[in-house]
Amino acid sequence: MNDINTHTFSVIVDNKSGVLARVVGMFSARGYNIESLTVAEVDEDRNLSRVTVMVTGTTMVIEQIKAQLERIVPVRKVVDLNNEGSFVNRELLLVKVKAKGERRVESLRVADIFRARVIDSSNQSFVFELTGSAKKLDAFIKLMQPLGLVEVSRTGAVAILRGEKALLKR
Amino acid sequence: MRLSGSEIIIKTLADLNVEVIFGYPGGAVLPIYDAIFKQNRIRHVLVRHEQAAVHMAEGYARSTGKVGVILVTSGPGATNAVTGLTDALMDSIPLLCLTGQVPTHLIGTDAFQEADTVGITASCTKHNYLVKDIEDLESTIAEGFYVARSGRPGPVVIDLPKDVQNSVTNFKSIKVKSMASYKPAKKAKLNNVKLAIDAIVKAKKPIIYSGGGVINSGTKASRLLTDLVDYLNIPITQTLMGLGAVSANNKNFLGMLGMHGTYEANMAMHDCDVMLCVGARFDDRITGNLKYFSPNSKKIHIDIDPSSINKNVKIDIPLIGDCYYILDMMLKEFKLAKSKIDKKSLNKWWNTINKWQKKDCLSFSDSDKIIKPQKALQVLNNELKGRDAFITTEVGQHQMWAAQYLDFYKPNRWMTSGGLGTMGYGFPAAIGVQVAHPKKPVICVAGEASFLMNMQELSSLRQLNIPVKIFILNNEYMGMVRQWQEFFHGGRYAESYTDSLPDFIALANSFGIKGMRVTDPNELKSSINEMLDHDGPVLMDVCVAKMENVFPMIPAGAAHNEMKLSDKDDKETQTAEGLALL
Repeated sequence: MNDINTHTFSVIVDNKSGVLARVVGMFSARGYNIESLTVAEVDEDRNLSRVTVMVTGTTMVIEQIKAQLERIVPVRKVVDLNNEGSFVNRELLLVKVKAKGERRVESLRVADIFRARVIDSSNQSFVFELTGSAKKLDAFIKLMQPLGLVEVSRTGAVAILRGEKALLKR
Repeated sequence: MRLSGSEIIIKTLADLNVEVIFGYPGGAVLPIYDAIFKQNRIRHVLVRHEQAAVHMAEGYARSTGKVGVILVTSGPGATNAVTGLTDALMDSIPLLCLTGQVPTHLIGTDAFQEADTVGITASCTKHNYLVKDIEDLESTIAEGFYVARSGRPGPVVIDLPKDVQNSVTNFKSIKVKSMASYKPAKKAKLNNVKLAIDAIVKAKKPIIYSGGGVINSGTKASRLLTDLVDYLNIPITQTLMGLGAVSANNKNFLGMLGMHGTYEANMAMHDCDVMLCVGARFDDRITGNLKYFSPNSKKIHIDIDPSSINKNVKIDIPLIGDCYYILDMMLKEFKLAKSKIDKKSLNKWWNTINKWQKKDCLSFSDSDKIIKPQKALQVLNNELKGRDAFITTEVGQHQMWAAQYLDFYKPNRWMTSGGLGTMGYGFPAAIGVQVAHPKKPVICVAGEASFLMNMQELSSLRQLNIPVKIFILNNEYMGMVRQWQEFFHGGRYAESYTDSLPDFIALANSFGIKGMRVTDPNELKSSINEMLDHDGPVLMDVCVAKMENVFPMIPAGAAHNEMKLSDKDDKETQTAEGLALL
């Protein structure tokens, strides 16, 4: 009951100005921790956006977060993916590595192992693009650090249920 | 029909049966005031400060069950309303607050009297809107009104840029009865209702603990709750917000519970084996220390807001929905199955409760030299019998004494700032109540310190010339602050003396209002009757004992069964854990 777990919520909201501020404001006002949060429009016809938010807390806190999200007027649907069975999540990472000589070559080799793509290169730098779970991205960053990592940019996770079930009817 | 934005606003509100708007004009709402001037369906009540406008609307809403409507200007008009909006959010009061805004092309330029109203009020409203396009105006007003009054009621702000007020479009007579995103629950799962009934029937020591949700659900819900109490012969205690739902006359009513609740109510809450919570939210003033809160009971919780379930206290059987529907379902099921609680165990439980009641926890040592505040309220209570009075309060000791010593026989007769504890609430709220009920006695029980926080409304009161009675229990202290300093800070009364008080009679007179003062306990009754019988507003300065404390009291950090009953009770009030609590 008092174990702290990480849960991933998918939140379908009306795509109106200020909705993200309401979602984020609820977390700060009630002192809940956000691990990551992403948002983008996903249904142009119905003007809906999807927020993916990863949070940590006890069972009581996780339940409360769900109920508090549902209270926000422009929120259409809140799903705790951890309670809905199996889901996949992915995050996009961009890493800039500044290196010469052997370290430059080594960074390319590590990128290859992780199936990261080079999306920008100069004489002294690469920008790598990698998608995967947060853990995979963490591991990649760790390996790149001694090789000249100078900058990181990540999107935060997006997630979706496995199988045929959809959150909203089409 | 082609109408301007301002005309659309007023027409939409009038079509929603809004009778009165509490407000204060300013640059960014001049077109709306012009539209008000040109019509006679909606009345406008002019306030002297926007905070008071919101409290008046709250008083109006709580005493009628309708939505209270407020109109204020941009910038300072909106920011002044924030305290009232927060108060309404905490106590679930339906309000629609219209705020003026600078024209859309000036938003974000730090224009004169510009404030980010939607940003500022996001966390103190149930929902808010900024209308940037005249085509969205009518639907937004209708939707905002629907959001304010449906589900768990609350305040809604609609921010209205001046150019939108001046634009012209077709009036479409839009009605909002449901929304795609927001869907408040009405009825609970029948399965859970059956589980709840089963638990109650098997109970040996049951109790009902009800709150403001019953009042918000309407008078029918209060009647059903009373029916349930009578049918089961079950003890009931009510929160500060819930007083009056079940009459103070009801033989099963144990009084208010919580920090300054009665001994019997709190002991029964602690010792019960099944607790039915109806429209209350296990607030910290109710539960005391959560670790020791009603440790052996199965808890059933009826609430319209799913986030109230398991927020502070683990619930065994949640019933999510409107109390009226759920109480109706429960009563029907009870009667259908002819199920009742075992009489023998219930009698035993009542015997225990009767023993607690014999402690007479609200007794106090009276004096014939000086007016005890409790005495003043007892006398007021006696003189109000049969008059169907409406009471508002400010916040502090007088508020707790009013809750303890005044009897409420019907819902919507008691207006007090519970969640936010807003000093300055009661006087404007009383004006709002009187606007809604011009023929009924309306009394604001106040402390002198709270009254000073919104006393500029004496001017509004004079202008309205309605017979609000302000009953100040004047102890020259911020009494509750002083009490806590006595208990928790070694009697060091830092800044809690209300120095430099005005002569309240002269103050009232300066506004053309009758002022009275009473200092002699023997004159209490006649003075109170003089006040009540006066055909107009009265400000009455009741000079009471200065160092009186509110009892009983659950000290901060203590449990329900660790109440301190009087100054002579040597129970420890200061615990390390308690010091950190509010």
